[in-house]
Amino acid sequence: MPTARVAELVAELAGERGREATFMEVCGTHTMAIARYGLRQLLPPGLRLVSGPGCPVCVTAIGDLDRVVALGRLPEVTLVTFGDLMRVPASRTTLARERATGADVRVVYSPRDAVELAAAEAERQVVFAGIGFETTAPTVAAAILEAQQRGLTNFSVLSLHKTMPLPLRLLMELGETPIDGFILPGHVSVITGTACYEFLADEFGVGGVVAGFEPDDVLEGLLMLLRQKQPRIEIGYRRAVRPEGNPVARALMERVFAPCDADWRGLGVIPGSGLALRAEYAQFDATARFAIEAGEPDEPKGCACGEVLRGVLDPAACPLFGVRCTPEDPVGACMVSSEGSCAARYRYRDVEEWL
Amino acid sequence: MSSGGDERVLLGHGSGGKLYRDLVRDVFVAAFANPVLERLDDAAALTTSGRIAFTTDSHVVQPLRFAGGDIGRLAVAGTVNDLATAAARPLALSAAFVIEEGFLLRDLRQICASMAAAAAEADVPIVTGDTKVVERGAADGLFITTTGVGEIVVEHELGAGTVRPGDEVLLSGTIGDHALAVLAARGEFKFTADVASDMAPLWGLVSLALEAAGDGVRFLRDPTRGGLTTVLAELAESARLGVEVEEAAIPVSAAVRSVCDLLGYDPLVLANEGKMVLVVAPERAAEVLAAVQSHPLGRQAQRIGAITGDHPGRVVLRTSFGTRRVLDMPVGELLPRIC
Amino acid sequence: MCLAIPMRIAAIQDGVATITSDGLEQHASLALVPDAGVGDYVLVHAGYALTVLDEAEARERLSLFAELEQMDEDADG
Repeated sequence: MPTARVAELVAELAGERGREATFMEVCGTHTMAIARYGLRQLLPPGLRLVSGPGCPVCVTAIGDLDRVVALGRLPEVTLVTFGDLMRVPASRTTLARERATGADVRVVYSPRDAVELAAAEAERQVVFAGIGFETTAPTVAAAILEAQQRGLTNFSVLSLHKTMPLPLRLLMELGETPIDGFILPGHVSVITGTACYEFLADEFGVGGVVAGFEPDDVLEGLLMLLRQKQPRIEIGYRRAVRPEGNPVARALMERVFAPCDADWRGLGVIPGSGLALRAEYAQFDATARFAIEAGEPDEPKGCACGEVLRGVLDPAACPLFGVRCTPEDPVGACMVSSEGSCAARYRYRDVEEWL
Repeated sequence: MSSGGDERVLLGHGSGGKLYRDLVRDVFVAAFANPVLERLDDAAALTTSGRIAFTTDSHVVQPLRFAGGDIGRLAVAGTVNDLATAAARPLALSAAFVIEEGFLLRDLRQICASMAAAAAEADVPIVTGDTKVVERGAADGLFITTTGVGEIVVEHELGAGTVRPGDEVLLSGTIGDHALAVLAARGEFKFTADVASDMAPLWGLVSLALEAAGDGVRFLRDPTRGGLTTVLAELAESARLGVEVEEAAIPVSAAVRSVCDLLGYDPLVLANEGKMVLVVAPERAAEVLAAVQSHPLGRQAQRIGAITGDHPGRVVLRTSFGTRRVLDMPVGELLPRIC
Repeated sequence: MCLAIPMRIAAIQDGVATITSDGLEQHASLALVPDAGVGDYVLVHAGYALTVLDEAEARERLSLFAELEQMDEDADG
């Protein structure tokens, strides 16, 4: 634990006292790290951190969650998912509840495990719920290619993958909340590199720093943002992120997936921001293989996840927060997802706010 | 009854007749060997002096065996440790088995051998028991329910109600080992790690602490399901006092930390089966810590925090950076994350 | 986005690496980093290596590297 370095950075940040700035982070893992380490308590007054739409689970539209549930209900389907989706409320149920009432739902850590499952259980239709941004999409692409190479005919993916830079453009265009800079996602950027963020500086005059996830990484990112003389895109997380990203991973992703329109909870449909399997991989596309009937999506009443995701509403200001919406009994995805803004705020809430 | 390699438990073994008596004699009495059990009375007669503690636990772990032990050792350790939290020296245990038809006898013998070994470590006999056999599919291999009776060795009351601001919170060793050993053995997430379950009977360690402290030990609890966080949160709630803990002081092995970082788990909520939380009056805390550390199962014991009058009902964690956050009881099952 | 931790490649077979970190051993596909080699430190997410970590940049930061330095020192005697 780099405690000494954190103390140095805190001192340097204190030296920037008097600066008023609102920085947005757009990565659920950053939301989590900031909350878990209590980093807001170390910042000088005037420096405000806001969370954006960086949690892939939180931005998944309820209708899409309903489609996952509908697939899981097909008797021939083994629905395979990351643990992150299990407790997220769809319109009428959760995957955990589905499993308890007899649906064949399995949790895996890696898409490779889903492929292995398909190979091992040839009589089942194994459907993998693909969520995640550019960090995860290449891994799912690689898994699909592996399934193809192994000649599996019972493996498919429901792609709910989304890509990162476009929602940032939308946020800037909406202009609902003043943003002076972005803490850019550390692991998405490992794959994408930084060119895709240049528009923030060029078109909107806002800088960004790609930061890692240790407390000193985040604080260093904030310091770099504060010290930018001109808005620029910089890399703080130099040990993992290169300006060119990972071209091999991107090539894999682009080979299997093509951009499509995607429905972002809280932001609406953003054209070209999703990933769909290309026609030549149709046999691995769950939407091609199954007729999915999910019914009308039911957005829970009073749920303000959308506004939270756009950084317009502070989680603690949502009327449901901590009262009707808690981690034990969540109304919206922002509370149940392990790195949703509301969950992070609630689980790691600052002592002073609550006592 | 021979101890041939492939012999299995049959429905007939549970039906009270000769098969049943043979099973009891050849497997349970043979393993647990003590004069009270050998009488095979329907109830064991015991003599105690003073107050007794009494506890029961059911054990349904899957898989039945993993690094560090098996369901048998778990059952005995778990019950001895519950008695220990009442400052009770274990006097006698009972063991009731619900066995799925078809269970291998050699596996049953091995589990009973583990139970006998754990019981010997805690110097407690298994004096009575019961066996039922259910149809294939009606039990997950084997369920064990153990009940324990112990003699309370202290005069003073222990419990959340006796805890006071200023009391020190001690933890007897590393957390997270048991939960991750079971997870690794389940094989769902395909990792191997240098972790073994910590399951062990802790009466020896606890009795050293009680001797060192006089009446200074206020509260004892073992952080099983729900982990350290749950024990502290329940304590704070029952005592209507605050608990402050130092993150840097909580011992976590490097392997456990790596697995938690990889799969997105929080070590503070993971189950342990061989650890004890002790709340001790401040003037005795140093001696108690030394006593616990002198025991082989307590070498990595640490003072991890204190009871406070601030934020009653809440547990607050102080990170290594001096920031603070509230700890809540975990919700729902343990799920690995990628985000 | 997302959880990924640095781990060291101990062995490679058929594009799958055995990776280790502090007593934890796992497997990760090298499909995204085909040029990674034994001894490299990689960032691992959902069973895949995402990138090879820049050792020079990371040297001050990670305990893994402290471990490596200790091993180097021990080897030099």
